[in-house]
Amino acid sequence: MFGKLSLAAIPWDQPIPLITSIVIIVLLAAILALVTYKGWWPYLWREWLTSTDHKRLGVMYVVLALVMLIRGFSDALMMRSQLALAAGAAAGYLPPDHYNQIFSAHGTIMIFFVAMPLVIGLMNFAVPLQLGVRDVAFPVLNSVSFWLTAAGVLLVNLSLVIGEFARTGWLAYPPLSEIAYSPGVGVDYYLWGLQISGLGTLLTGINFTTTILKLRAPGMSYSRMPIFCWTALASNLLIVAAFPILTATFAMLLLDRYLGFHFFTNDAGGNPMMYINLIWAWGHPEVYILILPAFGVFSEVIATFSGKPLFGYRSMVVATMAICMLSFMVWLHHFFTMGAGANVNAFFGIMTMIIAVPTGVKVFNWLFTLYGGEVRFTSPVYWSLGFMVTFVIGGMTGVLLAIPPADFVLHNSLFLVAHFHNVIIGGVVFGAMAGYTYWFPKAFGFTLDERLGKASFWCWFIGFYLAFMPLYALGLMGATRRMQHYPDTSWQPLMWVAFAGALVILAGLAFTIAQLVYSIKTRQRRRDKSGDPWNGRTLEWSTASPPPPWNFTVLPQVSGIDEFWSMKHAGKKTTPRGAGHPSIHVPRASPLGFLTAFCAVMFGFASIWHIWWLAVLGLLGAIALVLRHSWQLNTEVQVSAKELSEFETRQNGAPG
Amino acid sequence: MKSQDFTQQDAPGEQPADDPTTTLQSYVIGLGFAIVLTLASFGAAVMHWVWAPGLPVLLAVLAIAQMGVHLVFFLHVSSSPDSVNTVLALAFGIFVVGLVVFGSMIIMANLNDYMMPMEQLMQMQR
Amino acid sequence: MSAIAEEIPLSERGPAPTRIVVSFGFWLFLLSDIVIFSALFAAYAVLAQRTAGGPGGAQLFDLKHVFIETCCLLASSFACGLCVLALERRARTMIYVWAAVTFVLGLSFISLELSEFIGMFSRGINPARSAFLSAFFGLVGTHGIHVTAGLCWLAVMVAQIATLGFRPKVVQRLVCFSLFWHALDLVWIGVFTIVYLGART
Repeated sequence: MFGKLSLAAIPWDQPIPLITSIVIIVLLAAILALVTYKGWWPYLWREWLTSTDHKRLGVMYVVLALVMLIRGFSDALMMRSQLALAAGAAAGYLPPDHYNQIFSAHGTIMIFFVAMPLVIGLMNFAVPLQLGVRDVAFPVLNSVSFWLTAAGVLLVNLSLVIGEFARTGWLAYPPLSEIAYSPGVGVDYYLWGLQISGLGTLLTGINFTTTILKLRAPGMSYSRMPIFCWTALASNLLIVAAFPILTATFAMLLLDRYLGFHFFTNDAGGNPMMYINLIWAWGHPEVYILILPAFGVFSEVIATFSGKPLFGYRSMVVATMAICMLSFMVWLHHFFTMGAGANVNAFFGIMTMIIAVPTGVKVFNWLFTLYGGEVRFTSPVYWSLGFMVTFVIGGMTGVLLAIPPADFVLHNSLFLVAHFHNVIIGGVVFGAMAGYTYWFPKAFGFTLDERLGKASFWCWFIGFYLAFMPLYALGLMGATRRMQHYPDTSWQPLMWVAFAGALVILAGLAFTIAQLVYSIKTRQRRRDKSGDPWNGRTLEWSTASPPPPWNFTVLPQVSGIDEFWSMKHAGKKTTPRGAGHPSIHVPRASPLGFLTAFCAVMFGFASIWHIWWLAVLGLLGAIALVLRHSWQLNTEVQVSAKELSEFETRQNGAPG
Repeated sequence: MKSQDFTQQDAPGEQPADDPTTTLQSYVIGLGFAIVLTLASFGAAVMHWVWAPGLPVLLAVLAIAQMGVHLVFFLHVSSSPDSVNTVLALAFGIFVVGLVVFGSMIIMANLNDYMMPMEQLMQMQR
Repeated sequence: MSAIAEEIPLSERGPAPTRIVVSFGFWLFLLSDIVIFSALFAAYAVLAQRTAGGPGGAQLFDLKHVFIETCCLLASSFACGLCVLALERRARTMIYVWAAVTFVLGLSFISLELSEFIGMFSRGINPARSAFLSAFFGLVGTHGIHVTAGLCWLAVMVAQIATLGFRPKVVQRLVCFSLFWHALDLVWIGVFTIVYLGART
């Protein structure tokens, strides 16, 4: 009746998961009780949970990511503290079995449930506004995408409360991830959580590629599109092309685990190396999916705060699309040491070095944009400058690792760990923070406090170097990744420095939260009344802060790059007249996303625990919901001419 | 002014709006080609029409040709300016498929050449 | 006025109409589906010789059976094309007729494939025996699941035309179905060439 599920699945004998679970459950219960007590459910349901508005979905993605950042970072603190203690004869405090789940959860959560939602959230919020249109191509599908991601988050976090997580690392290599060596539910939580959220991500890729290619304001040809939209296009094309590989590979592993197939097993002819090959054919494009939108954010921020157009727009576009193509041609550099011959290794080593070139072009373009500009050193600019220094260092260590003989020494060492954190934190996290700060006033109508933002930046920046530079050294000294304990006590001082760095980053995270709380409390002081707090260049700044659900009462007619800047300086009206607008339609809110995700969680959880009747119920439920939605005729809401006129008059004064 | 211009534009998979009689023609011609190519493939494999080592190449050519027939005559992928996005997306898809399939085959063959077979490796563990 | 309008490049005409947006989005979905198949094809290519001492493709595959399956699916694809032509003319009866033909031929394909699989299972030839069989059943089975899902979708579409009529949404969906159906036949070309005929080389 309940498959493999029993009360023994709760981690009664493991204090850390048990206490954490209790704390989380109590917190969640408190939040739900507060919402119920205050009567916020109708508002939340109507305006957020069933929203198909890309702006709302963008905010929800970022909120989800920031909450998951706390969980993923807690895993990091545990790892750093364990390593600071467990030198030589000392054992630390985390048993190996538990430690393995921690580093697996850390990687899985940070990549799939922090970095991806941050980047997708920013694209959700900004792309339709920058394109001068009212919403994405498929608004209901957008909601489904968000909720499927949330379903994946729920499943992976449920593993803390019931059962266990994978002990295989964030990519779950076989044979360890096969049923013979991981008979528990951990790998199943991993696989089903990521299959479900992966479907959501794929739908996002389709949605945004279609939006950018087919839905732009009149006059906005490709060469007049903001550069963030170009990087979003490249990133979403990569999602459409790469995520199916992940889906297929995980499906093959699931078939091995559930039905005794032999794709990747040790016996009956299976080939575990094929998994590693396929998963990295996804995995390398994945990191470019993460970094390209961050590059786009930096382009926007640097141009805006230099008061100059982006230097070398065309070369930026070419570099972006080159990175998009080349990202599919380097994946073997993740397994140079698996045993391929020198020719194959050399090809991929050279391709990896080549892909550094377009990124270099971008860095020079940013520098030339800053040069000669009147640079305003706001916190987004701090994040951008911090990025340029940090990412270049990380990129250089990447080129170093791209040399196969060097990689034979450094593969799976702490040097590798330092490299990828260098580029992901320096690139994706700093980019997300810059984008978050930059677009926050557009989303909420007031800017964030600058001093706390800069404090957060300095803690992240200094903390990053303290935490990861020692890891470069340790890697060169022979330290391996994913160690729970190490024999060489001379490594311990560096481990302590790394732990100190993690604590400084924690302070950075605390400042970010403090910045948000303080900014909300004192928001009247920093209200954005004009809609253009930064003297921006692109179309999103021509709307109110926050924009109305329909974004633009009249779609802008675009005649060049940085159309909003041209409008401001050519004395053209940047806002429409207060009256005389025809009524428009906006997508109606829909519960499909939320409800399908509920069925997905049911299906996933039931599959993990082998509760077959519940799995079938979940699947049929999802299908029934989709069918019911497909018969719905009333999918749009009219915004009347009167409502539009009233809005415009309130924003811009009486017509005339 | 803006939306009306699109009524003449083609969606992916749509027939060119000009000539209704060509639409049935397109499917019939496509079917004809597909039948010939299918018969050729099965025939070549069973009847030894070509020198054996050349058979994989012939089958590959026939398969690619038939895929092309399906793309042009059934899926109506054309070279018109309206379907540039569709063609570019298809090209990107083919690029990725090629890399995944042929890249994997080359890499795995290379690994198999250099690595001890799994059965032997497992025996060493015991 | 229209002469000037035609000079505006496609990329500058503003947001495209819904039918183009929907079809293009579906086209992208189809490409993503084909990438899934490419990973399965890659796995098949790599694992095809790893039969763990058991039977390989040359021993197992009945090419006559596969030829009939191929003809069914190809004919089904053609019937689907005729269904879309009837849709353009809004000829309700012919839509139902060609949809039924498409369905019956697709169902024949699935029945033939199922009978092949069941025959193999009854002789103990199942995916748990070897990597080759895992890859075979994985690839061909995934294609079969897609075809089955397509048949369900076709049934739903006929129900929608019957109950909702020729609303733009419904028409767009049937066009998307036809793209899906043709794409499945395209993937089948790869399957029968690489898996079934490939076993003979």
